[in-house]
Amino acid sequence: MAAESLGLWGIPLGILAGTLRGSAPFLFVSLGECLTEKSGKINLGLEGVLLMGAMSAYGVSYLSQDLVGDFWAPWLGVLAAGFSGMALGTIHGWVAQQPRVNDVATGIAMITLGSGLAFFFGKPFIQPQAPQLMTFDWGAWSSSPQVQAALKVSPLFLLGVAIAPLLYAFFRSTRWGLSIRAVGDSPQAARAMGISIFKVRLFSIMAGSFLAGIGGACLSLYYPGVWTERISSGQGLMAVALVIFAQWNPIQCLWASLLFGGAQAIGPTFQSVGIDSYYYLFNAAPYILTLIIMIITCSPQRTLSGSPGALGKSDHT
Amino acid sequence: MLGLSQQALLRLPWRRSLESIALPVIALTAALIIFGGFCAMAGANPFQVYGSIYKAAFGRWSAWQHTLILSAPLMLTALCTALPARLGLVIIGNEGALVMGGLAAMATGLGLGITLPPLMVQLAMAAAGMAAGGLWIMLAGALRYYRGVNETISSLLLNYIAIAIMNHLVEGPMRDASFVIKPSSAELDPANWLGAIPGSRIHFGLLYGLVVCLLAYVLIQRTPFGFAARIVGGNIRAARIAGLPVGKLTLAICFLGGSAAGLAGMVEVAAVQKRINQSLVSNYGYAGILVAFVSRHNPLATILAAILLGGILASGGILQRSHNLPDATVLVFQGIVFLCVLYSESLYGKFPCFREGEG
Repeated sequence: MAAESLGLWGIPLGILAGTLRGSAPFLFVSLGECLTEKSGKINLGLEGVLLMGAMSAYGVSYLSQDLVGDFWAPWLGVLAAGFSGMALGTIHGWVAQQPRVNDVATGIAMITLGSGLAFFFGKPFIQPQAPQLMTFDWGAWSSSPQVQAALKVSPLFLLGVAIAPLLYAFFRSTRWGLSIRAVGDSPQAARAMGISIFKVRLFSIMAGSFLAGIGGACLSLYYPGVWTERISSGQGLMAVALVIFAQWNPIQCLWASLLFGGAQAIGPTFQSVGIDSYYYLFNAAPYILTLIIMIITCSPQRTLSGSPGALGKSDHT
Repeated sequence: MLGLSQQALLRLPWRRSLESIALPVIALTAALIIFGGFCAMAGANPFQVYGSIYKAAFGRWSAWQHTLILSAPLMLTALCTALPARLGLVIIGNEGALVMGGLAAMATGLGLGITLPPLMVQLAMAAAGMAAGGLWIMLAGALRYYRGVNETISSLLLNYIAIAIMNHLVEGPMRDASFVIKPSSAELDPANWLGAIPGSRIHFGLLYGLVVCLLAYVLIQRTPFGFAARIVGGNIRAARIAGLPVGKLTLAICFLGGSAAGLAGMVEVAAVQKRINQSLVSNYGYAGILVAFVSRHNPLATILAAILLGGILASGGILQRSHNLPDATVLVFQGIVFLCVLYSESLYGKFPCFREGEG
C-alpha cells in the first residue's frame, strides 16, 4: 500500500525496506546456527528458541516498562530473549549429546517444547502493547513518508552486522574459536588435544541459542513488532538452510540473511503494486535458491566446502 | 557346551525385549513427573490434570474414537521418516509429502468427479496421493544418491516448496471462488468422501494406517528387500562390496516412505478436510518425525506411538476447559514426552538387570 504513490519506484524501495526489516532475525538465527554447527551438531530447535525469544522479549518489555521506562524496557526484553533462548539451548545441548540420541529428532522435539512454552507463557501478552525498541531514523532527510518508513533501522540489525565479522575473527584467530572448529571437524583430534568435546559443544549450542533468542526479540520488538503465535514464519528452521547457503562462514551469513530477507520482501512488494499472481511462489524463492545451490555445489565424492567434518555423523566413540 | 549356548540364546531375547518395553515406560513416567511439576507451578493439580488427559484420550469409547482419528495420519507420516531411517537416511520432508499427496489426491478426486464408482475414485485418489508423496521424497533420495546433497536439509526445503505450491494453487488455478471463508479448492463430491468404519465415527483412514504399518513391518523385517535395506543402513561400504544396489534401494525406500505420507494427505483431504486449504498443513508431518524416532523406526511400535500422541493431541481442549490452562499446555507435554523418550535411547544397555547372563 505504501508503494502505490511511488509507482514502480516502490518496488526497489519496498525490497530495500523489507530487507532492512526482515533480515535481522535471519541474521541472528543464522549466526547462532553457524556457531552451533561449527562444533559439529545441528540445532533445528532454533525455531522454538526464536518463538521463546520473541515471547520473552515482548513480555519482559511489557512488564518492566513502569519500572525502567519505555526506553530501557525493550533492552531488558532483548536480554531476556537471549537468556531464555540459552536455557532452551542448554536442554538441547545436553540431550542431543547423549549416545545414540539423534540431534535432528531432538531439535524437532525442542521446537515442540519451545513453541509450547512460548505460547503457554505468552498467552497474556497477545493483547497488550509493549514498548518497542528504538530505531535510528536514517530517512529523516526525505519528505517522503515511504522513504522515512523504509529507513528506520533497528540497532539490533546493526548489532548483528557487527557480530558477523567478530564471529569470523573469533573462529579464525582465537583459541576458543579454534577449539570449536577442531571439535566440529575432527572430534578425535580435538580429544587428543585434551579438549572436552561435550563442553565445547554445549557452549556452542548455548551461545548459538542466545543469539537466536535475540533474533526472536527482533521479531516482537522491531518488525512486525507484536507478539502472536504466528510471528515466526519458519525463520528458525530456515537458519539451517541459510548456514549451508553461507557455507558456514559468518560473513557470508550476513550476505545470505540480506538476500533471504530481501527475497521475503519480493512477494509482498509485488503484491503492493498489483502483481500478486505468483505471490506464494515468490515467497518460496529462498528455499528453491538454497536447494539449487546445494545441488550445484555438492557432489557424491565430497561434502560441501566449509562443512564441519563431524556434522550429521553420529559419534559415540 | 551346546546346552549352555542354547540357554544363553533362550535368555537373551527375553531380557532385551523387556528392556525395550521398560525403558519407554520409565521415560513416560519421568515425563509425567516433570509435566506434573510444570502444572503444579502453573497452579493446577497435577493428578487432576493426569486424570483429565487420560479421560479425554482413552477414558470412553468416544474419546478413543477421537484419539484414533488423530492417530491415523500420524501412523502414515511417521513411516516417511521410519522407512528411510532403516537405510541410514534422516528424512524430515513428511509435511511436504503429505501436502503433495493431498494435492494430487484432490486433483484426481475433483477430476474424476462421479464418473466412476466411489470406490474406484477413492482408489485412484489414494494411488495419486501415494505417487505424488513418493516422488517428492524420492527426489530427496535421488539428490542424496546422485549429488550427495544432505537429505535432511533438502527434504526440509521441499516442505516449504510443497506448501508454497499448495498456496499458489488454492489462491489461483484451483481456487473455488464461491467459497469465501478462506482460499480453498472446490469441495470433493460427497460420494467420494472416505466414510466411517461401521459402528463408529472413525474414518477408514485408520484402517489404511494400520494396514500400511503392518505391511511396512513385514517388508522391513521379513523380506529380502528389507534385509538389503537394513544392511545398507548398517554398513554402506559392506553393502556395496556385497553388490547390493544401493542407489535403487535408496530411491525405492524413499518412494515408499513418501508414499505413506502422501497417503496420509489423501486420507486427510478425503475424510477430514474435503477441500484443500491452509488447514492441510497441520503439523502431522513434523509430529510424524517424532513418532518415528520414538518408535525407533519400528513400524509396529509406530502404531502404538501414534496412538499415544493422538491421545495427547485429543486432550488439548479439556485442559483449557476444566483446568484453565492454555491450550499450548499440550504442546509442552508433547515436548517433554518426546525429549524424555529420546533421552532414554541413551540408556539402553546401561542397566545390568537387562543384560543377559547375569540374572
